[in-house]
Amino acid sequence: MQTLIKQQSTIGAADRRTVGRVTVENPRIRCRNVHVYYGEKRAINGVTLDIGRNEVIAMIGPSGCGKSTFLRCLNRMNDAIDGCRVTGDILLDGQDIYDKRLDVVPLRAQVGIVFQKPNPFPKSIYENVAYGPRIHGLTSTRSELDEVVELSLQKAGLWDEVKDRLNQPGTGLSGGQQQRLCIARTIAVGPEVILMDEPCSALDPIATARVEALIDELREHYSIVIVTHSMQQAARLSQRTAYFHLGDLIEVGMTNQIFTNPRHRLTEDYITGRFG
Amino acid sequence: MNNRTDIRPGSTMERVNANLARRYAKERRFRRMGMGAIIISLLFLTLLFSSIISNGYSAFWQTSIQLEIHFKAETLDPDGSRDPGLLSAADYSSLVKGALRGIFPEVKKRKERRKLYALVSSGAAFRLRKMVMSNPDLIGSTARIWLPADDDVDMLVKGYIDRDKPEAERRMKDFQIAWLERLQREGRIEKRFNTTFFTAGDSREPELAGIYGAVMGSVFTLLITLALSFPIGVAAAIYLEEFAPVNRFTDFIEVNINNLAAVPSIVFGLLGLAVFINFFGLPRSVPLVGGLVLTLMTLPTIIITSRAALKSVPPSIREAALGIGASRMQTVFHHVLPQALPGMLTGAIIGMAQALGETAPLLMIGMVAFIVDIPAGMMDPATALPVQIYLWADSPERAFVERTSAAIMVLLTFLMAMNAVAVILRKRFEKRW
Repeated sequence: MQTLIKQQSTIGAADRRTVGRVTVENPRIRCRNVHVYYGEKRAINGVTLDIGRNEVIAMIGPSGCGKSTFLRCLNRMNDAIDGCRVTGDILLDGQDIYDKRLDVVPLRAQVGIVFQKPNPFPKSIYENVAYGPRIHGLTSTRSELDEVVELSLQKAGLWDEVKDRLNQPGTGLSGGQQQRLCIARTIAVGPEVILMDEPCSALDPIATARVEALIDELREHYSIVIVTHSMQQAARLSQRTAYFHLGDLIEVGMTNQIFTNPRHRLTEDYITGRFG
Repeated sequence: MNNRTDIRPGSTMERVNANLARRYAKERRFRRMGMGAIIISLLFLTLLFSSIISNGYSAFWQTSIQLEIHFKAETLDPDGSRDPGLLSAADYSSLVKGALRGIFPEVKKRKERRKLYALVSSGAAFRLRKMVMSNPDLIGSTARIWLPADDDVDMLVKGYIDRDKPEAERRMKDFQIAWLERLQREGRIEKRFNTTFFTAGDSREPELAGIYGAVMGSVFTLLITLALSFPIGVAAAIYLEEFAPVNRFTDFIEVNINNLAAVPSIVFGLLGLAVFINFFGLPRSVPLVGGLVLTLMTLPTIIITSRAALKSVPPSIREAALGIGASRMQTVFHHVLPQALPGMLTGAIIGMAQALGETAPLLMIGMVAFIVDIPAGMMDPATALPVQIYLWADSPERAFVERTSAAIMVLLTFLMAMNAVAVILRKRFEKRW
């Protein structure tokens, strides 16, 4: 244990440069040299990464490595945190999302987010899903809204379970159902990218399997960025994997390559379970 | 023992067991102290309530004397015109006096007669006038009517005047007591429910004094306080908690709101006197000014409790709303506020209860005046319940002692009702999720 910590701290700055191919053809989101600071403390250290269309990209790494912070930069959820500062470029379809003139409201409609803990609104199931379309004015009639709600719940694989009790509170569902409700709520706004911050960490294995199956289906229409602590989940779900370590993006690559043949020693140590 | 750091398996159990008894004893001692504290506070509370109730319950009954009143036409309406002006100016007390003379024809001396007349309250004449004014057909008829007795009679009947004391030290002389005993034998004395207490304003005569004026004054004052302090307080809390940037200026404001909550209420009274009455020229003694002063006093409470309620809303709800693209305003008004509302309402009602019981600032703005009329609006001179209690507690008449306690009971009833409403509201709103 002692020797391992020593080993890690001896890794110099040169060894922390990202290994692997960070760019993709025709990316949805293009991040260039992104730094994030919480006050004086640097949480993310110059990350450059592309997020492609219709792919699931998994972000793995030990706790506190900055993967969630990076995820939250992609739809500016960090704005609400006092003292959080982001530098570098993050472009969504060529548009700088940190541009001062850019409005975060439409950005978040384009880049939805699902959180670690299911957090449905304390309202009915219907209202949970209908809220987004309603505030964005996506539908003009009640029947259109009904349709959006039904479609979103179907896509989230929840429709059959809740269609008879749409007026019951969303907080009364089980944990896995709540998380799928949150996904339905995100889908209802019609985003292009869905960010998922450890979406299954509060769920039991059966609910996890359902959500994973759902994520796999959603890939057809959306770009999905998923942060996870479970390497099996990353291996099952994602096409590409990014490994973060203490604020650095260490290695990016095709998932099967990362898990079978990692090129960086830190990545190898992590996925073989020597730390993390 | 010399090897205290030995934590090999099996070596610790002995030491753990040795300490166990002491640990449990400590816990038991703490529990007993807690129970003791609760018992002591309950004891004092019972003491307070029993003293107030035992002093005050008798005020809800008032001794009345039944008299045969002959509404003599020659006294009330000599020319038969039924002119309301004349009717109201007529000498009704002579009717009461006539009736008393009818019962006690043997009392002839002027001095004694005056004592006899004093058995019945001076309010009896007003009651007769009211009866005649509302029904002039009474003129010429005779009726048996229950009229309020004087407060000294009331006290004697209720047993607060000791009959065994030497005559010179007692407010009722022997011959007066003899008259009363005769009236009692004839069934002309009865303790009846004291409606006057709930329907009249203040009076110098205890048997005619009531709390209705003070209650209405308090109601108007609190209406103004609620209408101003709740919206202002909630808006300030929402801005400070959800929108304001965190910097030195907002820190300064926050510290000062907390300071204001600790300012003695009489200082707010002085402020109200200087600002609302002397500078803006608003009238004295009116509920409007009282309400403004109490608004200043309750604002810090409402702001602090509302902020606490907003803070207690889980951040995950905010994130959820922001995450699907709600603006900050929508996040606050659609999701945060509904969750925080029960807490805010509770805070507001507690602030209102505090305002209801507040006396000192009202003294400063003149709501301590002796006001007989029932206030009909925000700009009528008025007093408030706690001030009325203060005024009565200061009065020398024995009958005001029980009325003071009775008024305290009414005030406490209002306070408990308000707290109950706070609890019910919180329960009702919480049930929605």
